[in-house]
Amino acid sequence: MSTPPSVLEQRVQQSPANEVTVKFEDVSIAFEDKVVLDGISFELLHGETKAIFGVAGSGKSTLLKLALGLLRPDSGRIFVLGEEVTAMTEDQLFELRRRVGIVFQESALFDSLNVRENVAFRLYEEGKVSEEEIDERVREALSFVELEHTVDMYPSELSGGMRRRVSIARTIITHPEVLLYDSPTGGLDPVTSNTIIELVVKQRDIYKVSSLLVTHRLQDAFTMATHYFERTENKMKELPPGARTEVPFSFLIMRDGRVIFDGDLGQLRETKDEYIREYIS
Amino acid sequence: MDIELISPSEWVKQQVKSVQDYTLIASRSIANLFTGPRYLADTTQQADLIGWGSLPIIVLTGFFTGAALAQNSGSTLQRFGSVTLIGQLVSLGMVRELGPVITGLMVAGRNASGMASELGSMVVTEQIDAMRALGTDPMRKLVTPRVLSTVTMLFFLTIISDFLGLAGGGVASSLFFGVDSHQYWSTAWQILVFQDVFMGLAKPVLFGFIIATVGCYYGISARGGTQGVGRATTQAVVASSILIITVDFFVTRLSMTLFGQ
Ligand SMILES: Nc1ncnc2c1ncn2[C@@H]1O[C@H](COP(=O)(O)OP(=O)(O)OP(=O)(O)O)[C@@H](O)[C@H]1O
Ligand SMILES: [Mg+2]
Repeated sequence: MSTPPSVLEQRVQQSPANEVTVKFEDVSIAFEDKVVLDGISFELLHGETKAIFGVAGSGKSTLLKLALGLLRPDSGRIFVLGEEVTAMTEDQLFELRRRVGIVFQESALFDSLNVRENVAFRLYEEGKVSEEEIDERVREALSFVELEHTVDMYPSELSGGMRRRVSIARTIITHPEVLLYDSPTGGLDPVTSNTIIELVVKQRDIYKVSSLLVTHRLQDAFTMATHYFERTENKMKELPPGARTEVPFSFLIMRDGRVIFDGDLGQLRETKDEYIREYIS
Repeated sequence: MDIELISPSEWVKQQVKSVQDYTLIASRSIANLFTGPRYLADTTQQADLIGWGSLPIIVLTGFFTGAALAQNSGSTLQRFGSVTLIGQLVSLGMVRELGPVITGLMVAGRNASGMASELGSMVVTEQIDAMRALGTDPMRKLVTPRVLSTVTMLFFLTIISDFLGLAGGGVASSLFFGVDSHQYWSTAWQILVFQDVFMGLAKPVLFGFIIATVGCYYGISARGGTQGVGRATTQAVVASSILIITVDFFVTRLSMTLFGQ
C-alpha cells in the first residue's frame, strides 16, 4: 500500500499538538419533547480518536450529525476545526464539511451510482480533477479497504460489510482532517470488523486524523486503545505493556443524554462508577 | 393516511410550516440558477428522462384529445350548420387550454411521482444527509436541475401536444364531418392571435415549475420509511394535479383581463 502523500505529512507536522479539533459546549437537543442530548460537553484533540458509547437510542448518531451541522441543537455551541458550526449557515457549512468525513451507520451510499461514482463523488463535485487522477485515487481509496474488484458494481449488489467499507473509501478519498464513524463495525463478523478497526487505527497513526467513533462494542475500542499501526510492516500491532497510554485514544460514555465518563483507558479501568464498571466488565 | 388526533392549532401550525417549506424550496430552486455551482449533466439527464420519456404518452394523449374535441365541436356545430368552424374551435381549445393542461397532468402523473419517490427514498436512506455531509447542496444538485428541465421540457412537449391535437382534430373532422383538410388547417391557423399563443405557452412554464417543485417538496419532506415514500408519491401527484388545474383557471382569467376577450 502507498505511503501518505507528502502534502498530508506537511499538514500534520504544521498542526500544533493539543489543538482542539471538535468541541461540544453544553449541547442539548430534543425531538418532539423527548430530550435526547442534555448538556453534552467534550473536546476532541488533534490526532486523537475518541470512542463514544451509549445504549441504543442514546443519541450517538445524533451527536455525530450535530457535529457536521446536519442537525441543529436546541442550545449549546459546537466547534469544528476552529469554526463555530452552530453559528454557520448551510451554505458556509458546505465548505467546512469538505474537510470532515462521516461514515453513516447504514452506509448511505448513493444507490443510483456505482461504486466508482460513489467513491469519486467528492472529486467530481470539486471539479477540476482529471479522469485519470480520479481513476487513480478511486483505486487507491478502494485498495485501502481492499475492495478494488467492486469498482463497477452497484451498492445493491454488495454485502452490508462491503457497503460499509465502500462508504469509508468514499469518505477518506479526499483525506479529511476529521473523521466521524457511526458504528463502523456494527453487525459485522469478527474478521471484517477487525479489518475496519485496522483502517481506523491506520487513519489515526499514519494520517494523524482526528476522529469520533461511535461503537457498541467495547472490545473494538479496547483493541484500538492497545494497538498501533506499524508503518514498515503495514499492519496493526499490539503495544508492548507499559506503553499503553501512548496512542491518542479516549473513551466517552453517555447515559440519559449526559456524559458520564470521558477519559483514557487507564482512567476507565480505575473508575468507581457502578454503571460503567458493569458496562466494561 | 395516519389517523392521528391533533389539536386544531397544531394542525394550522403544521400547514403553515408546510407552506413555508414549500416556498423555501421553490424560491431556492430559482435563486440557485443565478449562482454556481451548476449541475449541467444532472439537468440534461433529467431533461432526457422527462422529455424523451414522456414523448410517447404526449403524442397519444395529444392526438386523441384533439380528435375527441373535434368530434364534440363538430356535432354541436352541425346543428347550426357551421361545421367549417371546427378547425378554429379545435385550434383555440388545444392551444389555450387542453394542450397545456393534458400535457401538464400527464407529466405530473409521470414525473412528480417519480421525483417524490426518488428524493423520498434518498431521504429515508440518509442519502440526502450523506450528500450534505459530502459538501454538496441537494437543492442545487437535485432540485434545481429537475425544475429547470421540467419547465423546459414541458414547454416543448406542450407545443408537440398542440400540433398532435390539431392533427387528431383534422383527421376526425375529415373522417366524420367531411371537412376539407386544407380548409381545416388554414382556419385553425388563422384564428390564433398573439394572446392565445402567449397564454398557451405561459401555462407550461408555470405547470412545469409546479410539477417539479411539488414533486421535490413531497420527496424531501418524506418521513417514515417506504410507506412514507409511497404516501409522498401519491400526495405529489394529487397536489400537483390540483394546482395545475387551479392555476390554469387563474392564468386564463388573468390573460383575458389583460388582453380583453
Ligand atoms: N430525525 C429524528 N426525529 C425524531 N426523533 C429522532 C430523530 N433522530 C433521532 N431521533 C430519536 O433520538 C434518539 C437518539 O437517536 P440516535 O439515532 O442518535 O441513537 P443512537 O444512539 O445512534 O442509537 P443506535 O445505537 O441504535 O444507533 C432516539 O430515541 C430516536 O428516536
Ligand atoms: Mg445510531
